[in-house]
Amino acid sequence: MLTATRIIRNFYRDSITLLQIATTLTKRDGIAQAGAVMASDANIALMIDAGLIDSAPDAGPNDLLIIVQGSDEEAVETALQAAENALEPAPEAVGSAAALPAPRSITMALGVMPDAALALIATPGDYAAAEARKALNLGLHVMLFSDNVELADEIALKRLAGERGLMMMGPDCGTAIINGVPLGFANAVRRGDIGLVAASGTGLQQVSCLIHAMGAGVSQAIGVGGRDLKSEVGGVTMRQGLAALASDPETNVIVLISKPPAPEIAERLVAAAGRIDKPVVINFLGGAISDLPGVSVANTLEDAARIAVGLTKTTADSDFPVADASLTQPRFADGQRFIRGLYTGGTFSYEALTLFDAAGRPAYSNVPLRDSQKLADAWHSQDHTILDLGEDLFTRGRSHPMIDPRLRQDRVLQEAADGQVAVILFDVVLGYGAHPDPAGVMAASITEARGIAERDGRTIAFVGSLCGTGDDPQDLGAQHAKLRDAGAVLLPSNARAVKTALALIPEARS
Amino acid sequence: MSSLFGKSLGVITVGPSLFADGIRAAGGTAVAVDCAPPGDGDASVATDLSRLVNHPATEAANRTAFERYLASRPVLDGIAPARDGVPGMDEQRILHAGPPVAWDEMCGPMRGAVIGAILYEGWAGDAAAAETLAGSGAVAFAPCHHHHAVGPMAGIISPSMPVWRVTDGISGGTSFCSLNEGLGRVLRFGAYDAEVLDRLTWMGETLAPVLAAGLAKLGGLDLLPLMAQALHMGDEVHNRNAAATSLFLRRIAPAILESDVTRAHATEVIAFIAGNDHFFLNISMAACKAMTSAAQGVAGSSMVTVMARNGVAFGIRVSGTGDRWFTRPAPPIDGLFFPGYSADDAAADLGDSAITETAGIGGFAMAAAPAIVQFVGGTPADALRNTREMGLITLGPNSALTLPALGFAGTPAGIDARAVLDTRIAPIINTGIAHKDPGVGQIGAGITRAPIGCFADAISALAAGLEE
Repeated sequence: MLTATRIIRNFYRDSITLLQIATTLTKRDGIAQAGAVMASDANIALMIDAGLIDSAPDAGPNDLLIIVQGSDEEAVETALQAAENALEPAPEAVGSAAALPAPRSITMALGVMPDAALALIATPGDYAAAEARKALNLGLHVMLFSDNVELADEIALKRLAGERGLMMMGPDCGTAIINGVPLGFANAVRRGDIGLVAASGTGLQQVSCLIHAMGAGVSQAIGVGGRDLKSEVGGVTMRQGLAALASDPETNVIVLISKPPAPEIAERLVAAAGRIDKPVVINFLGGAISDLPGVSVANTLEDAARIAVGLTKTTADSDFPVADASLTQPRFADGQRFIRGLYTGGTFSYEALTLFDAAGRPAYSNVPLRDSQKLADAWHSQDHTILDLGEDLFTRGRSHPMIDPRLRQDRVLQEAADGQVAVILFDVVLGYGAHPDPAGVMAASITEARGIAERDGRTIAFVGSLCGTGDDPQDLGAQHAKLRDAGAVLLPSNARAVKTALALIPEARS
Repeated sequence: MSSLFGKSLGVITVGPSLFADGIRAAGGTAVAVDCAPPGDGDASVATDLSRLVNHPATEAANRTAFERYLASRPVLDGIAPARDGVPGMDEQRILHAGPPVAWDEMCGPMRGAVIGAILYEGWAGDAAAAETLAGSGAVAFAPCHHHHAVGPMAGIISPSMPVWRVTDGISGGTSFCSLNEGLGRVLRFGAYDAEVLDRLTWMGETLAPVLAAGLAKLGGLDLLPLMAQALHMGDEVHNRNAAATSLFLRRIAPAILESDVTRAHATEVIAFIAGNDHFFLNISMAACKAMTSAAQGVAGSSMVTVMARNGVAFGIRVSGTGDRWFTRPAPPIDGLFFPGYSADDAAADLGDSAITETAGIGGFAMAAAPAIVQFVGGTPADALRNTREMGLITLGPNSALTLPALGFAGTPAGIDARAVLDTRIAPIINTGIAHKDPGVGQIGAGITRAPIGCFADAISALAAGLEE
């Protein structure tokens, strides 16, 4: 082991700087130990204690002492040189490290954006309620995208919001448009005078997109979450939203959208709607409600949009098709009798189920209207089947099919291999938050599925609808073209797609 | 929704960034929160925290606590043996750093310091007998903080040791701290050989009386202005006290010379202080203890009033939770080691000196002392960032202690346990590193962070006390 020292006379460096230099030296190859100190008696004693030197060198407190122990002369010498180089003043640090971290809490984010009005929360369910409570406590309206929030938490959060005059949209609120800003899965919809309150995300997307297509626009679109209209929650957010739109000067027409609520909730909502001096359109997706003056009942999402647009004072020109072009009846092979609906939007599947029911041809489902129509195995269709592929069973361990389409791709091919299948019914949802090219993915699946059927001497009809607007980031026109090129039949709404599909299968065949 | 409709909508998003991206793509404004579960993934802690965020009672309590802290005026006004000054020190009792710890569980340096204190007191004749006595139950052990006191590293205070007294000119409360022995082989790092004991004896017989005489001449020394000046001279008054010690000496030396102490004693004392850059540390600690004690005991307040370590556990106390300690295992320290030592030799985090960070200096005033960040290979920019980062978890600036490099902003002070838990930004602490074996001494210095778990437990305790 070799020891070498260097003394730099009358040269001061801070003890921490020197310690850092010594530490760097010890990391060099061939260096066992190193020290760099101002040569005070105390520091020299430290060096001797550490075994770096045996006796005091000829140096004083104003001299800088460097000591290096290493395996060979070259290692020791280059280390000493490195130490001397390190004593040169460093150039000013480039690139400021003084930047603060990105906001790590809602409180911190409010420091960045003090006039923020709303928090959009999409964290795992266990923590989502806590984040929502923080936001409400900080005076923010909340859109809680997360699902799997305890019902008791939902009730408590909505009560807290009510006390503070805040809107608590969700949990499980997928879509809203507030002051023209799309939140969650929402579309680029023209602003207008129709206000929406919806307990279903894709229902809200469908109605707002159809309003846009029909030349009118949306003032506000408020989501309330899938459980708001359960008895336990009491529809508080929908009533709150209804009241907010009633007093909003930019809203002239109000549309309420939900799966059928608990009867007493429906009654309260309808009564509340009847007291408002603006026309209210209600679509409870097949749930029958009493008619009151000023309250219109819509049977489908498209009807809701059409009635609302008919009531507005501001409508642009529109080429929204009123009637559908007649289709050439495909030549199905013997045994091709069933329709399979493969939906990414929960409300679309629900609407389809109600329309199948109304047509006297109830479908099986993973989310049936009645238990008797429950699929024995959701992974295998039977008779007419309508699937909500966004349901928990299918999304376990993966993203929602509106983001990750692989689940539906697989299912399309599975259905195509089934000789009983005549029609595959589908939705394609565009907008913010959705897959960047959902039609492209679906078109590829359609092409592959048709190939499977053709090799088997069959033809399968693909009937669907696109939910989106021309201003959505995915380019509605291009999305349309991809599906048409793949041979799909596209209708302007889900309801019309369902009816078209049903018309392709004569009653006798099913 | 008058507060929601009819204006441009600013949105805070919590969760995947795609939602913020969508809002911005549509022309809206959004700030995304980098969110992670608080409280070691315990959902009940998240709930507790959420109830306290912006809670009117907590906010009001924190305003009160913070105002009391800001109003405090620490004055160095005495020095006396612990038995005469510190309440409860008139028996066979030894105080130690950090939260409570039994003799059997103490870390090496603390055991060494306890042995040294027993020998110094003459309660035992040799180290073996001292160990036997310490384990016999005949010596009462207690945290310094249970006696209004603080001590660096092992933090050992026995009845005969002289302690500084700092009185809060506003509340009248008193705080105490031992006297600094210098570097090298010293009791606070667990050394107890003859050199150490001789020095302690000299400190009791010469240093303390001479300082007392000087202090009497001065008639008390206002500490905040001195500390403020030291911050302007490159100290953060925890790990760097060179300027503060010089400023102190400039005040005390003439007073000592003016008193009736002998010239020989005056010379010894002045030389001792002049040879110890850290002499002021213990005075700074007593001042910080006085300032944070002023904020203690405000019901509902989430302001942290104590952070302390005993080499085994890291503990905090919070204004609104009384005398309770919230502890976690003491963390290791990221730092630089003296030649011949490495992280393998280091004791875990030790000492009451984190009271300085609790009071808004030390690591929180890193911007004043950029050289300190070199302990972890940082740059002056890191020093500024560390201070600004601490601003995110504190109740406000202390305008009595300003930082030139940050435009003379006050140091961030008054740690809010809620903010620590919510942001997962842990308080930063500048600290020395002790050898894990008794008697070896300081082997390095560095930077550490308080364990977040302490703050999670404090939040749960505060939430349990909330009225619905």
